[in-house]
Amino acid sequence: MRYKLVELEPFRREETQVKIDETHGLHPDDRYLKPGRIPHIWCPGCGLGIVLSAFVKGMDSAEIPIDNCAVVSGIGCTGRVAGYLNMDTYHTTHGRAIPFATGLKLAKPEMEVAVFSGDGDLFAIGGNHLIHAARRNMDLLVVCVNNFNYGMTGGQSGPTTHMTARTVTTPYGNCEYPFNLTHLAYASGAIYVARWTSFHARYLIESIRKCFSKKGFKFIEVITPCPTGYGRPNRLGTGLEQMKFYRDNSEIRNNINPMESDMGFRGPIVVGEFVNEEKPTFLDRYKEDVLSKVFSG
Amino acid sequence: MSKDREVLTGEHFLNGDDACAEGAIAAGCRFFAGYPITPATEIAERMAKRLPEVSGVYIQMEDEIASMAAVLGASWGGTKSMTATSGPGFSLMMENIGLGMMMETPCVVVNIMRGGPSTGLPTLVGQGDVMQARWGSHGDYGVIALSPSSPQESFDMTIQAFSLSEKYRIPVIVLSDELTGHMYERVVIPEKKEVPRIRRKKPRKSPSEHLPFLGGEDMVPPMACAGEGYRLHVTGLTHDEMGYPVITAAAQERLVRRLCDKIRKHTSEIIRIEEEGTEDAEIVVVAYGCSARTARESVEIARGNGVRVGFLRLCTVWPFPEERIRELAARGVKGFVVPEVNYGQIAGEVERCAGGRDVLMVGLMGGAVHTPDLIVEAIEEMA
Repeated sequence: MRYKLVELEPFRREETQVKIDETHGLHPDDRYLKPGRIPHIWCPGCGLGIVLSAFVKGMDSAEIPIDNCAVVSGIGCTGRVAGYLNMDTYHTTHGRAIPFATGLKLAKPEMEVAVFSGDGDLFAIGGNHLIHAARRNMDLLVVCVNNFNYGMTGGQSGPTTHMTARTVTTPYGNCEYPFNLTHLAYASGAIYVARWTSFHARYLIESIRKCFSKKGFKFIEVITPCPTGYGRPNRLGTGLEQMKFYRDNSEIRNNINPMESDMGFRGPIVVGEFVNEEKPTFLDRYKEDVLSKVFSG
Repeated sequence: MSKDREVLTGEHFLNGDDACAEGAIAAGCRFFAGYPITPATEIAERMAKRLPEVSGVYIQMEDEIASMAAVLGASWGGTKSMTATSGPGFSLMMENIGLGMMMETPCVVVNIMRGGPSTGLPTLVGQGDVMQARWGSHGDYGVIALSPSSPQESFDMTIQAFSLSEKYRIPVIVLSDELTGHMYERVVIPEKKEVPRIRRKKPRKSPSEHLPFLGGEDMVPPMACAGEGYRLHVTGLTHDEMGYPVITAAAQERLVRRLCDKIRKHTSEIIRIEEEGTEDAEIVVVAYGCSARTARESVEIARGNGVRVGFLRLCTVWPFPEERIRELAARGVKGFVVPEVNYGQIAGEVERCAGGRDVLMVGLMGGAVHTPDLIVEAIEEMA
């Protein structure tokens, strides 16, 4: 076979460099952002920017060195978080962020490994991985940004879509029961479980800070507006109006059983730090129950 | 304890699966993620016992999708990592094998082939995953697959697979089969100093100057792992030389061509074949894996019967030795006989390169290997 191929266009680093020089370093938190990657792709009114900002603030207050932290994400709008953070970041396949992070953590136990992904990525296609990582008490922080739909692909329904809600694939209203993510994470073995909305930025930062000092499977759900994909078909208003809705309809109930953490479609949302426990991690047990037996002869 | 248990120097009586596990540990593999599947379970079982002895990690994941993802994660953590499976699990791994190709992640995937499609013949031999090994994940990428014909080669080729994966930064496939995996033979494990332990190239430039996906002369970028201060973004999206996602035809052209060419341009270094009696051969038998064992004997029998037949064994199934087949065809070989336990996967490759020479595919759909009689009959039919 002979080949006729087009001429390759060379990589022009200077183009990215111009962008870096013009835009990077304008904000004090820019050290946490990959040079030249901002502006981000998220829609106006999306809650993801708040969650990203809360993550770096939580990391900062926990005094975690940047080079001691890796972030792994899956696919979707939240999956893009990894690409903006100025640390070791891995943007993997749809649903597989947790098993990738599991391998990374086991090879580099001294690093903090966080998984950032959406509700569809973590609980539909990746649901099995999430419950098993929780069962093993793998030492990972999982931040799940829940916007109740598949935003990246244009607003389809998912495992968190409220009953009766309209999306492009539930044009007559959703007839499926949704998951309660915090309940599922807790039942699977998570040792830290919290739910906040993007309105509760301070609480979220504090949760993230706490998680950096805890070992084990930590799960934080963050309810965010998706004005484009979910807000519009359901007439939930702009991102700002949804933030006001969160302010007026959230009820903070710490230390409750996540089973009781109700969340209505247009009604009240229970938020709070539901679970905060201690339990040996997978690696603790591996050292204790496996390696010690080999080396004691 | 850990040091003396790394390479079990000496003579052993092992099956191919166990030999494969020993090869991995000797090569420096310290992470295994897998899911039980016949006929590859012996590899997982041996790794579960052996990895703790060398302070490695064995983890049984929830499925093969997760296993492959964990293997990639561990490799980015700087550890040589491996998984092992068979047909149905290999199908599930395809998604993240593609991710491994795109992220240029060194690791080893062992596939102990059984009869397919689907659940097929869990306990019986097959060679039906040859094309899946080549084209199984979507998109274009270069592939290396090695095919052992004995427990000794299962040991040796697993070590080679690690070397090649570290050198070219790709998941390398060891394409074994149920017969080779379950067969017990003598396996000689060499001294530790004789076991090659190739490590991925490290960047020499500082983090601010390093371009993590710039190929360089050999087209393989140096690899900085997690926690080394390089703050890389590594993505399955099409990316530029900095690793940043760029969704353009120009970026795709540069990246995907390099992913293919880094293997294509090194085929002469990668390909390993063995030949016997091809110098004066009128007919050449091309075989690999378990089929090569019977094929070799068949060639001897046919030679004894006066047929000028030669034998060519593919140690690397991928890349396929196109040039060598073309040379043999051009030199006047009358035809090629290709026995394999499928319906013509490598035979098709041979035909593609045979320049119109006769190609006789001797196929079994799985569950048994060829008898020498069947292959001898085919050789004599062509003669």
